[in-house]
Amino acid sequence: MAATLTSPELNIAALREQFPILHQRVHGRPLVYLDNAATSQKPQRVIDALVGYYEGYNANIHRGIHTLAEQATKAFEDTRIALRDFIHAAATEEIIFTRGVTESINLVASSFGRAFVKAGDEIIVSGLEHHSNIVPWQMMCALHGAILKVIPVREDGTLDLQAYESLLCRRTRLVAVNHASNSLGTINPIAHMISLAHQAGAYVLIDGAQSGPHLDIDVQALDCDFYCLSAHKMYGPTGTGILYGKRALLDSMPPYMGGGEMIRDVSFERTTYNELPYKFEAGTPNIADVVAFREAIMFIRELGKGDIRRHEDRLLKYARQRLDVIPRVKLVGVAPEKVSVQSFTIEGMHPFDVGQLLDARGIAVRTGHHCTQPLMDALGIVGTIRASFAVYNTLEEVDALAEGIEKAVALIS
Amino acid sequence: MNAPASIAETQEEIKAEFATLGGDPEMTVMYLMELGHRLPSLPAENRTELNEVKGCQSKVWLLSREEGGRIYFEADSNTAITKGLVSLLVRIFNGRTPDEILSADLYFIREIGMSRFIGTQRSNGFAAMIRQINLFAAAYKAKLLTSC
Repeated sequence: MAATLTSPELNIAALREQFPILHQRVHGRPLVYLDNAATSQKPQRVIDALVGYYEGYNANIHRGIHTLAEQATKAFEDTRIALRDFIHAAATEEIIFTRGVTESINLVASSFGRAFVKAGDEIIVSGLEHHSNIVPWQMMCALHGAILKVIPVREDGTLDLQAYESLLCRRTRLVAVNHASNSLGTINPIAHMISLAHQAGAYVLIDGAQSGPHLDIDVQALDCDFYCLSAHKMYGPTGTGILYGKRALLDSMPPYMGGGEMIRDVSFERTTYNELPYKFEAGTPNIADVVAFREAIMFIRELGKGDIRRHEDRLLKYARQRLDVIPRVKLVGVAPEKVSVQSFTIEGMHPFDVGQLLDARGIAVRTGHHCTQPLMDALGIVGTIRASFAVYNTLEEVDALAEGIEKAVALIS
Repeated sequence: MNAPASIAETQEEIKAEFATLGGDPEMTVMYLMELGHRLPSLPAENRTELNEVKGCQSKVWLLSREEGGRIYFEADSNTAITKGLVSLLVRIFNGRTPDEILSADLYFIREIGMSRFIGTQRSNGFAAMIRQINLFAAAYKAKLLTSC
């Protein structure tokens, strides 16, 4: 039995108090929320920031000269500054607000594709990718006559780096991989992968959807060309996120969407485009969610990613330890370096059935292919049960999961 | 020997069985799984795309045949809960005439409060199975009318 609600670094009980949603019962039992890789819950300060914007200073940004517009513009741009610091970008112009990682990747696929990709070029993705880091590249390849290459995944959930090296060649235009896998939790050695890609003359996009809330990110040290984040996986609101891109590269790419904000001058004969980052931010952005995103960044920074990671690692190790000894349970994804995600299967039981049984006990997990069908095919499974942990989860909640799984397994034994 | 139970009587039986579970979500899900395990599996050659019910997240295969104006069903699924759900429909509709099926009101689903236990996605899948059964019934009805 696990000990306590505290960890050496963090007071988890006090931290949970900041998350109103966690204090409810589902089917008569306390909610155990272990679907954080899908979306994390939001602390009160994020919710307050959303409400505060609408109650206090809702106005359109960048154009108005009245007081509310000034206030809203400042709050919006403060989030850009917070994000610049959060990923250690060189300049705020390199931070572009999008709806999240999916839109960020689509932006690059469209805009970078038009500027740099021609027939016969190659794009490399990995077998660990989410559909949103596969499909935009397939669309881009179809449009420009480029070819999609895939880095294979090994049995333990790590990428085959030798195969990666042999895929890289002078035709490689771009490599798109995740920092951490949503299905298996594998942390990819992206610094090394970026360096290899650059040696081959290719650009690199990193999908940071799963690393944002867990790992230190330093885009300058990594030297990646693009990096994408989604706010809602980092204790922030849904519907916003960023694309980081190196300034020179972004400057050389055409706009993604046309509209207001992204222009300098418009006439029916000719339109000139605005400067970075506004060139890529057509239309009125998602101001409220961007404003509240800053609170999520501050929440993470104040806790410190080091302490967050230590606590989550403890949860992950304990979950693996508890699950691994249950008969019929097979852990899927056992890479040495992982974020706090553990997938598993139960022999003789479909993941959907397990998910429904756990839900009846108030436990929320993800079941299915996790939008990584090619990965599931490569592993020869229809899907997994995935428990993913956030900083507010406890060892007791891991116990609840293990007990639920033990009970499920007993049904078929 | 008693006459076979009517659709309404079978629904009452099912309601009574679920009532013994006292509305406990875990017991209800486990009971559905048990029903699923009890339903014989279809041979692999029948688990084809052609026999799949469209609109279910899990795979559901539903076969029907007509004998003497009555319709008989066989079903299977790759998940136990869904198989349990389809087994309830097989139990209710097996050996009925097309008209009995087409005019049936499946009130037990509401009265048990099924959607509370199985969620919206499975409820949509359940509705897809019922639609498929009705399609079979309508097709057999048309066939029986033209062959008279």
